[in-house]
Amino acid sequence: MKKELSDNIGRRNRANGWFRSLVIAGSVITIIPIFLIVGNLAVKGYRQINLAFFTEPAPDTFQAMMAASSGEIIPGGIANGLTGSLLMVLMASLIAVPLGLMTGIYIYENSTRRYAAFIRSLTEILQGVPSIILGIIAYLWIVKNITRGYSALAGSVSLTIMMLPLIIRSTEETMRMIPVTIREAAFALGTPYYKMIYKILIPVSFSGLATGILLALSRILGETAPLMLTALGSPAISLDITRPVSAVPLLIWDFYNDPNMVNLVWSASLFLMAFVLSMNLLARSVASKHKYI
Amino acid sequence: MNDTPDSEHVLTIKELSIAYEPGRYAVNDVSAAIRRNSITAIMGPSGCGKSTLLRAMNRMHELYPNIETKGDILLDGQSIFSMSVIELRRKVGMVFQRPNPFPNMTIYENVVAGFSLNDIRMKKSQRDDIVEEALRNVALWDEVKESLYRKGTFLSGGQQQRLCVARAIAFNPEVLLLDEPTSALDPVATSKIEDLLGELKKKYTLVLVTHNMSQAARISDDSMFMYLGELVESGRTEILFTNPKDSRTEAYLTGKFG
Repeated sequence: MKKELSDNIGRRNRANGWFRSLVIAGSVITIIPIFLIVGNLAVKGYRQINLAFFTEPAPDTFQAMMAASSGEIIPGGIANGLTGSLLMVLMASLIAVPLGLMTGIYIYENSTRRYAAFIRSLTEILQGVPSIILGIIAYLWIVKNITRGYSALAGSVSLTIMMLPLIIRSTEETMRMIPVTIREAAFALGTPYYKMIYKILIPVSFSGLATGILLALSRILGETAPLMLTALGSPAISLDITRPVSAVPLLIWDFYNDPNMVNLVWSASLFLMAFVLSMNLLARSVASKHKYI
Repeated sequence: MNDTPDSEHVLTIKELSIAYEPGRYAVNDVSAAIRRNSITAIMGPSGCGKSTLLRAMNRMHELYPNIETKGDILLDGQSIFSMSVIELRRKVGMVFQRPNPFPNMTIYENVVAGFSLNDIRMKKSQRDDIVEEALRNVALWDEVKESLYRKGTFLSGGQQQRLCVARAIAFNPEVLLLDEPTSALDPVATSKIEDLLGELKKKYTLVLVTHNMSQAARISDDSMFMYLGELVESGRTEILFTNPKDSRTEAYLTGKFG
């Protein structure tokens, strides 16, 4: 009896050890590619990153070819992509953030109603729609009918549709974490419903809401496919929303297609990755600073 | 009884029935009166409708969907269902089972939350006075006067509960409803809250839901015993505890069920 028990313990300890090494191995395998990607981008991309990289628009093929043949760094930068990205992301956020927050709060507050459940399932479906399809939709709606040509507006619309489900879901999930007793406390003080929402629910869940918004932003920053059909790209810096604009991921695609500009692919990718990464870090620090629930 | 203001009774409950689903009554035909400046304890086993009855007194039960209410509750002779909920809840404050200070607000902000959430503007000095008075009334002032601008959630459970009482009385309500206010607290914090309630009844009328019989016996003036949605028996606590009229009350008090 005793012997059996000790045998059993030995086997269980070995199984435990095996499982532990398996889990550790799995996590190492997962993070290796991350280090490889970051390392690769940094090694190949750092040379092109200078002041001009941020202030000048993308060079043309001829300039790049001349520089490449004389072994110099390629002149110009990604300023047209940067301004285009910021313009479109800003416009998309202006629409998607308030709309997404309101819809998320609505779904949370009316979770027992059929209409709210219907909206929630639509949101889930929307989240699963491939982004290129959102690009086609924005092309049909805006490019064909409103701006009558590729435009920043069309790009923003496709990004808005991408952002919406992300923000709606994160808002609803954050609100769910607020204890019911907090809402009751507000109502017991005679607080009107709308004030309970904007003076209690939103501030209490601020960190979760901000995290959701920042993650949605970092998600759409790197989006390329829908922009190809809507914003198209532009060699010049433009802030006209009815005209085509460039975006950082669109520039990466352009650079990739031009054998003389391969070096810029690495720099622009490094920049985009760093930008998205810092957005994620910002989201984390906001989340920990204003965490109440 | 008629509808004229009744100086002895603050709240008069008239044939009140509440159903969460059609036909299933959580509170069934309850009539009772709450004496001014007293502590009334509502007792009964779990699910007997005591919390629902309490919540009806400031219409918090209406937060549940599809609720059906029959009968009436009068506050100083006026039906609470004809008042605006905002006005009613200002006169009838509430403290909950678990301490629930607003986590985004400081201690100071929590005390005056009732004012800020209702857009009642005041001078800073006025607000300072209200905060100090409310915190003194709940015997919390000396413990927190140095940390008024820290978040309320940093306090211990018992302190948080007293902060919630302060938040409720900052409005100077007539009635304070307490829904098992000590069930989440340790014995020391509980006895502090009980002492506090004894002090508060000088200014306010308190209605307390509890399933702790010894607590009801210790601090209440009047008691109500509820069972399966019905008000079985009510009256002076010392009489109800020593000489219950109904066999169900006696069975509950002697621990036969509940």
